[in-house]
This record gives sequence, structure tokens and C-alpha cells, in this order.
Amino acid sequence: MDLVNYLYLASILFALGATTVLLRRNAIVVFMGVELMLNATNLALVTFARMHGDITGQVLAFFVMVVAAAEVVVGLAIIVTIFRARRSASVDDVNLLKS
Amino acid sequence: MTMQTLSLAPWLVATPLIGAALLLLVGRRSDRWGHWLGVLASTATFVIGLVILLDMLGADAEQRVGVHTAANWIDVGPLTVDLGFQVDPLSMTFVMLITFVGSLIHLYSVAYMSHDRDRRRFFAYLNLFVAAMLLLVLADSYLLLFVGWEGVGLASFLLIGFWDHHLPNAVAGKKAFIMNRVGDMGLIAAMMLMLATFGGVDFGTVLGTAGAADQGTTTAIGLLLLLAACGKSAQLPLQAWLGDAMAGPTPVSALIHAATMVTAGVYLLVRSGPLLEAAPDAQLVIAIVGALTLLFGAIVGCAKDDIKKALAASTMSQIGYMMLAAGLGPVGYAFAIFHLLTHGFFKAGLFLGAGSVMHAMDDDVNMRRFGGLARLLPVTAITMGLGWLAILGVPPFSGFYSKDKIIEAAFVGEGWRPWVFGIVALVGAGITAYYMSRLFFMTFMGRRRWATELAGGAGGGAEGDSTPVRHPHESPWLMTLPMIVLAVGSVGLGFALNAGDRFVHFLEPVTGHAEHHDPVLPIWLIITLTLTLVVVGAALAFVQYAVRSVPTTAPAAPAVVRAARVDLHQDDVNEAVVMLPGKVLTRSMVFADRTAVDAGWLGLAGGVGRLGTWLRGLQSGYVRQYAAMTLGGLGVIVLVIWLVSTMATS
Repeated sequence: MDLVNYLYLASILFALGATTVLLRRNAIVVFMGVELMLNATNLALVTFARMHGDITGQVLAFFVMVVAAAEVVVGLAIIVTIFRARRSASVDDVNLLKS
Repeated sequence: MTMQTLSLAPWLVATPLIGAALLLLVGRRSDRWGHWLGVLASTATFVIGLVILLDMLGADAEQRVGVHTAANWIDVGPLTVDLGFQVDPLSMTFVMLITFVGSLIHLYSVAYMSHDRDRRRFFAYLNLFVAAMLLLVLADSYLLLFVGWEGVGLASFLLIGFWDHHLPNAVAGKKAFIMNRVGDMGLIAAMMLMLATFGGVDFGTVLGTAGAADQGTTTAIGLLLLLAACGKSAQLPLQAWLGDAMAGPTPVSALIHAATMVTAGVYLLVRSGPLLEAAPDAQLVIAIVGALTLLFGAIVGCAKDDIKKALAASTMSQIGYMMLAAGLGPVGYAFAIFHLLTHGFFKAGLFLGAGSVMHAMDDDVNMRRFGGLARLLPVTAITMGLGWLAILGVPPFSGFYSKDKIIEAAFVGEGWRPWVFGIVALVGAGITAYYMSRLFFMTFMGRRRWATELAGGAGGGAEGDSTPVRHPHESPWLMTLPMIVLAVGSVGLGFALNAGDRFVHFLEPVTGHAEHHDPVLPIWLIITLTLTLVVVGAALAFVQYAVRSVPTTAPAAPAVVRAARVDLHQDDVNEAVVMLPGKVLTRSMVFADRTAVDAGWLGLAGGVGRLGTWLRGLQSGYVRQYAAMTLGGLGVIVLVIWLVSTMATS
């Protein structure tokens, strides 16, 4: 099977994740979109590692997973805290830092 | 000369300077005795000068030149300028003229300014002037001379605008100051050239090595010195300030704008004689400027009704004679100084007489409203009459000896020059006779053009300005005494100094010995022609202003007379040639600054501001919008990388 198909899949997943982040207001869903983009990237990295016979891409994918796990912890904590404070999980309501 | 008398020279400058400083620093507390302190300082200076002069006369001709170095003034690298005082026959002639005439005018001012609450300040400025003028003539370098040069300019400015509560006086002071500044630039530039060429600015270095210098350089220096002299001595084209300078009190006009300061230009040129010898072209220009100014002043003098402005025009014309003589080379130097000396006496006397007349006529200066004053002001009339005969050049009065010598010297030479200069000098003498006689007859002869009684019927004040009410009276002795002394000088000085060419020989250590040249016309013919023209001029004035009645307002006149009444449009010319282009230049500079420079920077700042305002709109606070921008940015980066890589491979 042609390895390029994995790259197409990764692109589609990335596009889906990006669309989710841009279009949805619910913070949890936006978060899921972000995770989808990260995993699409992971897929692309692993594919490139395979294509070039170079292990660097796989190592990088591991790093992304670890960082993503840590990020999920912090991100979910923030979302929950904001929800408790403002009774809303919409990202559009969090705009107090604008000029 | 002995060292002791030489070392007195700095005191000539210091004495009046101390007087001025005391009067200015002590202030109002010295109001009661300040004027006498001023007179004392001036007289003491005269006595010091007299001591030095007597010592000089006792010495041999070769030993009459001395330099007293009081201190080192500037010592930077190759340039050394000393605070040195040049004591020689030329500078001592000036010292005597300045301190003697100056002291008399100080005395005169005690009475003339007695009703002025600022009399003390007036004397402080007079003393300051005397100090600066003495520094000017005693300096042994152009740089030190320049200090005095600026000092007399300052004193002149302060005294012209002395009554500065009246705006035209202040404006006249400023005009004189600014026009002088134009000339001063010439002196500064000349000094720069001297430094570059001779490596020094003291007279010894410059004049001693001038002969070896390149003629182009000496000509340039000579012309720059002429520019300086034109500014100070009111010669064409920088003559316009002198008439307005008459706004100052009359003693100031007598001392500064007739006898001494305005002759500083002639001093500068005569002092620079050896330099000018090496620049014949510059000499020719000097003579031409002198000749033109001579005619200019004489023509203007014929049309002026203001007694002081007529005298100012006459001063300009007489200095024109001196410049002409100075431009003729060694033949003329001594005569230039001789005429300067006699002119200092008779013109100061005439001005003091004019002051006395103004004193009698409630400060009126319009001669058309004078007339018939001889019987009421006998002393003034006689002293002014003697000064009048002296300036006319009637033998044996002073002016005859000095002016006639200049006319004779003007006829010396080859080619066209003696004819042009000689005839100009001759014609000038005739016009001088006309306008000075006009002044004298209008003031002292003819019928009265003023009324004596206030309630004296319709002839009194009722007619308004045409026959104003006056109570003429002779001036107090403090004013008449200086006038009498100056009149005696006007009568006898020329004869006394001319006897055996005494004065010319006295000046020889400085001006050099001039070979005797015969004029292109025989001397008896020149004298006859001069005297004929003088008599014709005086007779014309007599018929017109003493026999016929003089209208109290200036009558309609041909174009040339109308032009002369407004100084041959000198102010219009200055405004058109200098002021207007200058104004246009500054206006256009301001315009360019506002429209190009300012607008450029302001536009840039405004653009940055507007860009910021627009960028601020992007900070909406919506996270998803930021995310979209991040994505867009990512897209742009990917696009750029793709484009670059495809271009690199293709």
C-alpha cells in the first residue's frame, strides 16, 4: 500500500480538527479538535519516519503524545475552572483580555 | 618716545571705560553728578593723549612709531594676538580728535541733555563710545581693532535709539546696527584671509609682508576692507543708515555720526595703506566708491529740509572725499586724514549749532519753519557761519586747505582717472557750497517763518503748522563754549597744520613719503575753478533762499528733486534688492519646511498611528478568530516554503 495515503488521511484529520476548532463554541469540543490535529500530526510524523527510514519522526511523535497528555490535564482543569466561575463553556464568552 | 609715555597708552582706553562702567554700575544714585564724571573721564583722557603727543613731537620722526604690548590676549598654536597699542602719528591724530572734540561734546551735552531724566545713562554711553573708538584707533592688530569697531557700533546703536520710547528712533538704531553688521562681515572675512595668507592679523605682519603676497589675495582683502569701511562710514552701497541715525540726540550726531565713528572706515583704509598698494584694483574701487558717495550725499543734501539730515548727507559726501583720497594711494592718505581732522571740527561745530537751533526752536528740525534767526541766536549764527565757510572751502578757513588738496590729488594720475575723479571732486565742491549755503540761509537769513506770540492774532498758532509759535533764545554758555572752540578750530586748524606741509610730514612715518606729482591741470587753475564753483553755488543758494521767500511746505518739484528728498530712493532700492528677496527666501523656506519636511514626518507619524488603530481592531477577544489567524499564517508560511522550494528546483 502506498504510504502517501497515510499522509492524505493525516491531512483530512488535521482539516477536520482545524474546522472543529474554528467553528465550534463549546470548549470541550474545541479541545477535542485540538487533540485531533495533534494526532493527525503524529500520524504524518510516523509516516514520514517510515518513508525516510529515519527514527526521528517516531521519537517526535512520542514527545507530542507526552506533551498532549500533559496539556489535556492542564487544559481540562482550566476549562472546568472557567465553567465553575462563569457557568459557561463557550470560548466566545472568554474575552476579558481584549483591549 | 620714552617707554613711560608709551605705557600710558592703555590708560587712554581704560579711563573712559572706567567712567562708563562706574556710571552704569552705580546707577540712579549717580544721577546728580554722573554727567560731570563723564566729562571728567573724557577730559582726563584728552590730557593723557596730550602728554603722549607732546612726547611724540619731541622725538625724531623715525622714533615716533611705537607699540606698547600690555598683555598677551590670544595664544593658540601658531596664532598669537597681543593686547597691543599702536602709538604713532596716525593713531595720535585720531586720539586728539576723539578726545578733544569728544570732551567738548561731553560739555555741550551737560546742558543739552539737562532736561532728560536719563542724562547719566547718556554720558555712560558717550564714555563707552570714546573708549571703544580709542581702542579702534590704538589697536595694533586687526582683531583688536575689530573689538573697538564693534564697540563703537554698539555705542552708536545705543545712542541712536537713546530715546527708544519713540518707535522710529529704536527702528533707526536697529537699521544702523544691521547695516553695520553687513560691513563687519567684510572685516571678519578680511581677517580670515589675512590669517590664511600672512599667518597673523597684527599690522606688523600683515602690512609688512603684504607686498610679497599674491595680487588676487590682496585685492580680495582690500575689497573686503572696503566693504567694512562702507558699512561704518556710510558709503555706497551701505549708506542708508546715516540719515536715520539722526534720530539720536544731536551731540551724538555731532560726535559719532559726523566727527569720529563714521570716519573709522577711512582710518581702516589709510592704516591698511601698504596692503592696498599691493592691490591697485581695490584702490580704484575705493576711489570710485568715494566719488559716487561724494555726489550721492551732495545731491541728497540739496533737497533735505530736515537740518540734521541735510548735515548727515553732507557728512556722507565729505567722507566720500576722504575715501576718494584714500583710494588715490600715498598721494591721498595724508590729505584724507587732514580733511578728516578739519571735517571733524567744522562738522561737529555745525551739528552742535544745529542742536542749538533746535534747542531754541522747540526741537523742530524743519528748516522751512526757521528763517531770520541770526539776530536772535548771534553766537550760534556766527559759529555756524564759520563752520559753513570752512566746509565751503573758502580761504583761509580749514576746509580750503584740506578739501582743495584732495581735489588737487584727484587730478593727479594718468589716463581717464584724473579727469573723472578730479571733475567729480570739483563738481562736488560746487554742490557742497550750494546745499550748505541753503542750510545756512534757510536757518539764519530771510524772513521769519514762525510766530513769536501765542495770542498774536491770525498770524499765530491759528494757521497751524505753517507758522508755529516759537520763543527762540540763545543757548546757555555750556553749549555755546564748545561751539566757539570748534569754530576757532574750523577757522585756524587748516592753516596751522598746513603751514610748511607740517601735518603731511607728521603723518609720513605711517603713510609713507609720497612723491610729488603734478596734476593734469595747473594748480592755480584748479583752485580758481573750485572757488568759482563754490561762489556760484553759494550765490544760487543766496538768491533762492535768502532773497526770495521760502515756502513753509516743500513745493512741487521735478522728479530728480523729489527723488533726492527721499534719499534717491535708497530705502526702496535696499528693500527691492535685499529685503524683498530675503523675505521671499525665508517665506519659501518656511513654506518648504511646512509642506515638505514637516508634512513628511507628520504624515509618517499619522500613518503609523492609523496602522495601529487598524491593527487594534484585530484584537477582538475571540479565541476562534485568533486561531483562524494562526491557521491563515500557517497557510501563508506553507505557501511561501512551497513557492521557494519549487523555484529553487526549477
